Amino acid sequence: MKESGQDISQTFSIAPPDEASGKKLGVRTPYLGLFFLGLFFFMVIFADLISPYDPYASDLSKGTLPPFWEKGGSAAHLLGTDFLGRDQLSRIIHGSRMSLIVSLGCIAIYGTIGVILGLISGFVGGRTDMIIMRLTDIWQSVPGLIVILLLVSVIGPSAKTVIISIGIAGWPGYARIVRGECLSLKQRDFVRLAKVAGCSNIRIMASHIFPNTINTLLVLTTMDIAGIIVLSATLSFLGLGTQPPSCDWGLMLAEGRQYITYAWWLVTFPGVAIAITVIGFNLTGDWLREILDPKQVLR
Amino acid sequence: MKVFLLKRLGFAVFTMFFVVTIVFFLFRSGEADPAAIMLPPDATPRDMEILTKNFGLDKPLPIQYLNFLKNALRGDFGKSFRYNEPAAKVLFERFPASIQLGVTAFFFSAILGLSIGVLSAVRRDGWIDRFGRVLALGGMSIPAFWLGVMLMLLFSVNLGWLPVAGRGEGGLDTLRHMILPVICLSGYPIALITRISRSSMIDALKSDYVVMARIKGVPEPYVNIIHAFKNASITLITIMVPMATVMLLGSVVIETIFSWPGIGRLVVESTFARDYPVVQVFILLITFLITSAYIVADILYALVDQRIRFQ
Repeated sequence: MKESGQDISQTFSIAPPDEASGKKLGVRTPYLGLFFLGLFFFMVIFADLISPYDPYASDLSKGTLPPFWEKGGSAAHLLGTDFLGRDQLSRIIHGSRMSLIVSLGCIAIYGTIGVILGLISGFVGGRTDMIIMRLTDIWQSVPGLIVILLLVSVIGPSAKTVIISIGIAGWPGYARIVRGECLSLKQRDFVRLAKVAGCSNIRIMASHIFPNTINTLLVLTTMDIAGIIVLSATLSFLGLGTQPPSCDWGLMLAEGRQYITYAWWLVTFPGVAIAITVIGFNLTGDWLREILDPKQVLR
Repeated sequence: MKVFLLKRLGFAVFTMFFVVTIVFFLFRSGEADPAAIMLPPDATPRDMEILTKNFGLDKPLPIQYLNFLKNALRGDFGKSFRYNEPAAKVLFERFPASIQLGVTAFFFSAILGLSIGVLSAVRRDGWIDRFGRVLALGGMSIPAFWLGVMLMLLFSVNLGWLPVAGRGEGGLDTLRHMILPVICLSGYPIALITRISRSSMIDALKSDYVVMARIKGVPEPYVNIIHAFKNASITLITIMVPMATVMLLGSVVIETIFSWPGIGRLVVESTFARDYPVVQVFILLITFLITSAYIVADILYALVDQRIRFQ
């Protein structure tokens, strides 16, 4: 259907200009996104080397200093200090680690659940498929935030709770996409050949089907990390996530919020850090999708 | 169609039952005793006993569960531990505030998102498209709570144009209180709607029937709206119906930042206070609304696209 449509439009050249001229839509490399991502990983890896102070060391005599360009600020604390005199730049740099740990933790949990269920569902088919898909439907009709609220109230707020609860809440997306991929891969010759050659089902799933879903999973993971960073920061901000004195961007914003009337830098820079990181992951994810997902299963 | 709807309804009921059961046992498996949280630290063991008995917390779990189900079917979800009033009543008292914010934000984001998305698809790489892309990226990447804090810093603290928090006292005052929360609540939905409507419009504009309409000499605006948009709207329905439902129930984050007296804030407070009945009613309500939203979305599909015969 779709292809014939493009044929007609080329014959009559009445489609929008970029199709008519036959110009392929080039994939633009997201230099900005890659730069932001590079910055983020630089902070994660070299946090101990580049941060000017110990992020936990407080000095009440230097409390709530403004950034260096404001009156009263000094070059000793480039982005100023918080109410306990902790250097904000150092805390932001170290906060990147928390973001990465939390998002990788979540993805490790729900990626595993989602991939396994998706593979089984797509490969085995029949009744098993139906049951798993119904479970996915049910799971998706409960908003993730609710699962998190529930678990926080039962286990108590901490970074671990955030990882576990997002991990439990997030798998349906992975399961659905892996199942879809699996359904189409199942029909391919190499899978049939493996079956004829006598490979066990588990082996076919693990070493013939799963490797072919990795491109899709990579794109999905990059996009998901962006979402998880926002979500975990939101939870910390509400007091449902990471607890003080950890370095966490959401937590820093929550603490700075009480001083909003006279310390604008405390509610600004941690948010800028979140936004830059998330923009980096989103732009890179879009780009990866363009180059790794030609069938556009992830649209 | 009837069979399909019945099946969907059956599934919805099953989902709710499933969710309620899980929620019930999860809450009861927590270590802390709600009675201990509600009473002041100097309460005597006797007080504890009376309270526990009052809320039926002394019976074995399976019995508590059966009682809970029996009462729930009659529309009785137990009393809120904190307010000592029926939990459903506590929740529904906060409902109007959330709806007020949610409905406004939904229409705001739908109108803005759809018009930017459709116009970007029609004039690709034009200035609206460029602006739309930046807006979509921003809406997806900037956390709503930080946007809220930043807007508050600019418009309430520094410029003093808008109130910091609260719901206002009716009329113009309420409107002024609503501006910032509505903008923050709409950020992500606008981004999502813009993106989806742009990409499904682009797909629709490439299709045979649009090309055919152009060949017939149908004027461009009609082609865009009647032929392309109607077909692009199928994907949009999938996204927007559940979105509207979730927005209706208020936003935990936005309501907390702007001290908006809605359901979202109540639920966060209740979670901290382990006021299970209120949270249970909320979860039940949201599951109910979302499952029905999916059914509504299915019906809308059929109305828009006659080819879809329910399987």
